[in-house]
Amino acid sequence: MALSETAGLHGPPIPKPPVHQQVLNSVPVAVAIYAIVVGLIVYGSFAGAQNMGYNWQWYRVPQYLYSFTDDGFQWGEISVGLVATIRLSILSFALATVLGLVVALLRLSGLVVGSAVAVAYLELIRNIPLLVLLYLFYYVLGPIFGLDRYVASILTLAVFHSALISEIFRAGINAVAVGQWEAAKSIGMSTGQAYRYIILPQSVRFMLPPMTGEMVHLIKSSAIVSVIAVAELTTIGRNIISDTYMSFEIWFTIAAVYMVVTLILSVGVSFLERKFTVDQ
Amino acid sequence: MSSQPIIEARNLDKFFGKFHALKDVSISVRQGERVVVCGPSGSGKSTLIRCFNALESHSSGTLVVDGIEVFEGSKDVRKLRQEVGMVFQQFNLFPHLTVLENLMIGPMKVRKVSRDQAERTARTYLDRVHIPEQAEKYPAQLSGGQQQRVAIARSLCMETRIMLFDEPTSALDPEMINEVLDVMVELAETGMTMVVVTHEMGFARKVADTMVFMEEGRIVEVAPPDQFFTAPSSDRCRMFLAQILEH
Repeated sequence: MALSETAGLHGPPIPKPPVHQQVLNSVPVAVAIYAIVVGLIVYGSFAGAQNMGYNWQWYRVPQYLYSFTDDGFQWGEISVGLVATIRLSILSFALATVLGLVVALLRLSGLVVGSAVAVAYLELIRNIPLLVLLYLFYYVLGPIFGLDRYVASILTLAVFHSALISEIFRAGINAVAVGQWEAAKSIGMSTGQAYRYIILPQSVRFMLPPMTGEMVHLIKSSAIVSVIAVAELTTIGRNIISDTYMSFEIWFTIAAVYMVVTLILSVGVSFLERKFTVDQ
Repeated sequence: MSSQPIIEARNLDKFFGKFHALKDVSISVRQGERVVVCGPSGSGKSTLIRCFNALESHSSGTLVVDGIEVFEGSKDVRKLRQEVGMVFQQFNLFPHLTVLENLMIGPMKVRKVSRDQAERTARTYLDRVHIPEQAEKYPAQLSGGQQQRVAIARSLCMETRIMLFDEPTSALDPEMINEVLDVMVELAETGMTMVVVTHEMGFARKVADTMVFMEEGRIVEVAPPDQFFTAPSSDRCRMFLAQILEH
């Protein structure tokens, strides 16, 4: 790092990028191009909708987010759906994390049986489409074990994402230097104690970014449970549309709500991440 | 110094795959004895002392440390490691814990002593290694020499009976080597049993009771320092000493 800084200051000058790159990267040009591209897309879609004679009714959308009635402030259906989605995602993510940790530890256990079980589980989950997995849990395991649609959804999402999360754990654990294991062992810690007090706390900072990605991924894939009519954001969007026929407005709104949630999550975690690196 | 052996290794062999790292090594360390092990890199010095606290398991031979027989899969390994401290070349402090926490975590989690007791012990040993003022800092905020002194204190906090040092000054900048060696000399004066892998011959002359020279996985020479430095019996040892004592 220090080298590249000083190279420009004291060493030979850093070569300038080619002219076309300089022009394209200058602020006014870049902003203008960006605005034109976005403008064209927005104009194109609205023009297309206009051509098919679509009747925009944006004024009817806010009541599905919130409303003021005689009873005072009330959350709309979409907001209720959002809460349901968040609840579903948090429960699934918690379970996926536990499952993922168990699978990762099995794989790292050094036991042949342990890693065989873990690898078989990973390959099985990775090679079944999420939708088929959901059908398996709801239509096959559901009747056998008496799972209702909500439990089946949570299990599906948890199992599906546990495969990826276990890989995140494995990479995070392996990223901690071997010397940390040796130091922990040499003061007499058991493997369990070494994981708990020394290895996992240090893995967190390697795991935080990919885990956020996984949480975002899970929130998005939770939309799939709308096919078995679990009441969450996407299902509620479908219901509103079947009542009102406002498919354009509602799908735009639903998409925006998902985006807002996942963006807030990403920004929040990158803030956390920075705090973590400062602390160490 | 009692004549009771506290480490007794007989005919140790160690293979890493096909590589023969220790060849028929026998050595005995008495309680309170200070042994300095030297030799060219790859001669098996580190492997040998890592066997002493079961960080490596020997392939054949017998090893008894502090009355505990060491072998692969032994249930007593954790008990053994509580008696045998290890100081590493790369310090291996726990970067997510403060200096004080680094010293307290072993006693608290392994020996199950109370937090108060652990903190008192930790502060005592931080005093002993002359850095009481760094207690609340994180390892990354300390210099290499300070980190290594914390690592020594971390081992001492476990109230170990034997201390192993695996090239404790090799990763340090030259101006920091002495502060670490000074602490080790003071430790030697307390009567601690020490096995030190190092090339610091000044330190060896000052504290060693016994010098051990290794080459290619074998112990080539075992002698008291006077004899070792003035009249080594093997040619290879003489050449090695000539090379490292040249400057």
